[in-house]
Amino acid sequence: MPGARKHVTLIPNEWSVGKLVTMTTTHAAEAPPPDAPDGLQEHFDATIARDQRIEPRDWMPEGYRKTLIRQIAQHAHSEIIGMQPEGEWITRAPSLRRKAILFAKVQDEAGHGLYLYSAAETLGADRDDLTRRLIEGRQKYSSIFNYPTLSFADVGVIGWFVDGAAICNQVPLCRSSYGPYARAMVRICKEESFHQRQGYELLMTMMRGTDAQREMVQDAVDRWWWPSLMMFGPPDDASPNSARSMAWKIKRHSNDELRRRFVDMTVPQAEKLGVTLPDPQLRWNEESGHHDFGTPDWDELMRVIKGDGPCNDRRMERRRTAHEEGAWVREAATAHAAKQAARAEKGAAA
Amino acid sequence: MSTEQAHRPDQRGWPLYEVFVRGKRGLNHVHVGSLHAADDAMALTHARDLYTRRNEGVSIWVVRSEHIAASTRDEKDPFFAPSADKVYRHPTFYDIPDDVPHI
Amino acid sequence: MSDDHVYLTLAEGHEDDARWAYGTGFEDPLHGVDTSVPEGVDAGELAAACVALADDALVSAQRLAEWVTRAPELEEEVALANIGLDLLGQARLLYSRAGQADGTGRDEDAYAYFRDAADFRNVRLAELPGGDFAFTVVRLLVLSSWRLAHFRRLQAHPDPVLAAVAAKGVKELTYHRQYAAEWCVRLGDGTDESHRRMRTALDQVAPYLGELHTAYDVRDEVADDLRQVTEAAGLTLPVYRPLPGSGRAGEHTEHLAPLLTELQGVARAHPEATW
Repeated sequence: MPGARKHVTLIPNEWSVGKLVTMTTTHAAEAPPPDAPDGLQEHFDATIARDQRIEPRDWMPEGYRKTLIRQIAQHAHSEIIGMQPEGEWITRAPSLRRKAILFAKVQDEAGHGLYLYSAAETLGADRDDLTRRLIEGRQKYSSIFNYPTLSFADVGVIGWFVDGAAICNQVPLCRSSYGPYARAMVRICKEESFHQRQGYELLMTMMRGTDAQREMVQDAVDRWWWPSLMMFGPPDDASPNSARSMAWKIKRHSNDELRRRFVDMTVPQAEKLGVTLPDPQLRWNEESGHHDFGTPDWDELMRVIKGDGPCNDRRMERRRTAHEEGAWVREAATAHAAKQAARAEKGAAA
Repeated sequence: MSTEQAHRPDQRGWPLYEVFVRGKRGLNHVHVGSLHAADDAMALTHARDLYTRRNEGVSIWVVRSEHIAASTRDEKDPFFAPSADKVYRHPTFYDIPDDVPHI
Repeated sequence: MSDDHVYLTLAEGHEDDARWAYGTGFEDPLHGVDTSVPEGVDAGELAAACVALADDALVSAQRLAEWVTRAPELEEEVALANIGLDLLGQARLLYSRAGQADGTGRDEDAYAYFRDAADFRNVRLAELPGGDFAFTVVRLLVLSSWRLAHFRRLQAHPDPVLAAVAAKGVKELTYHRQYAAEWCVRLGDGTDESHRRMRTALDQVAPYLGELHTAYDVRDEVADDLRQVTEAAGLTLPVYRPLPGSGRAGEHTEHLAPLLTELQGVARAHPEATW
């Protein structure tokens, strides 16, 4: 669709890639089990060193498996919780075209959550168990989804910033050392490649509209900029355990590297759009070849991660309610399947 | 495959299915991932919605994960304990360009 | 730098954009189609027919959208959204056609966002509040069966645009009906609770069936579908007395106005805006 692609050529690297998990630090990975049989640890290490994929039935250190399950599960939870802030606007979208786009996008997020849970299940995790961990607050999701969406411009800014941040984080994950995760990420990156440009295109349209629309866009930019920078997680010097994930090639770049890449990518897009990013320290640094920018409020990030963000309770409550209120439906389907199987068996015996 | 697991009375979730999709005529069915469903009909419906929602005119196979027999990578495989009796799956999501490195 | 290579690969993937743009409708849906109303077709009647069908679809899609993040399982999120997107797509095509046929040149959004409840022509069953999953699948079964039967006939409509919309819709509605029928059987047969909820849902839906029958004469097909499904589900269709009045005449329940307030609120707050 040439019409829809036009903007993209103007804006490098704006391929949307969904939601990322906050780069929570991984707990120190356990040492290989002392009884790791001869050669298997070496074989694993050599596979990683050759930049080849680890596949589900391969031997892997327990720490690698646990780290991956936690990371993939958090990523999946983020996709599912991430449906909420935008999903609230599907019924209110101000044109049928925007309604369809948003509906399809939020649906994609459900699909991406499912692909990721599927990848986690190849490691022996169980989706029901992961869901329970989420709704009991034992596993996290990206902090960004604990902020409210206050106007329709937020839908555009989420596409632009949040999916843009996800690009920086997730494109490298297409090369993650764990095969099913890497493949899921390729699919997600491809499917979501519309989202960010849809968001940006919405903002461009709004900036060409009325004064009220332009104010909505700037207001949304002001509110989402810093939380978006926090999506990359704490600064590297406060994220000691991510080194292990990098050694395992589960993670390919540090939090600060990815954050800087995001800023470099976004600044020219903001100029083109005609909005101001709310950071007085933001400027091009000729020497480093990157932008200098201010420091996010890390205390705020910690508060939001710990459950004290503006919408944490609401997001969790919605997910818990949906799961609990759906129980009778899931149980009925299971019961029907069992009855059908029994009937078939009886029919065969008769 | 542990039958206790499959028929555990307190099992809360729907069983896991593997999904195979023929992307277009002339190609094999390729494993694209998994999903949960209560029965075969639901698995097909879900597979259509999840894995082919952008792509009409394909053929889908679904099979209960526990019905897949898989080879071990080599004979020294007991090291996947404690869950070595589970079926491990290899989601080779289709449509991956050949030139993506190491995928 | 391998990451950059991945970016490029993603870009290449867009050569067949169409398959990734499902349900998002970037372009005028009737672009390139001869939109003149053929001789012998009453333009006013055509427009009215399109608006009624579009209103049914839009209001249904709005109710389905209310399930987002609330579905009983993640797979059902995807399924319900697919159905909602199909119906939204049908509504858009039909509104566009109505605008061409009635000579006003109104676009899809003029119909969706700038008419009041009394101007809507959807049947009342579509506008009833969400209810539980049993109500949703029973209503979906009835509406998709009814719409499918009507769309099958419309494929032979002398207006080529409406006929084309119907042909596209038949495939979609066949799937909607199947999805709903499967769930009705599961819930009717499943547990005591699901069976009870299905009975309640049938009781809620039954009084609105008469209105459907007056709108299009497809009573036998719908009755057949319902009989098959209720039998397989171990349920019986309750005997009902049709409610007087009709959404087709602009007579609605108290539930339509709030639905439209939500649907239209942002658009009406910024009448000069473009989105």
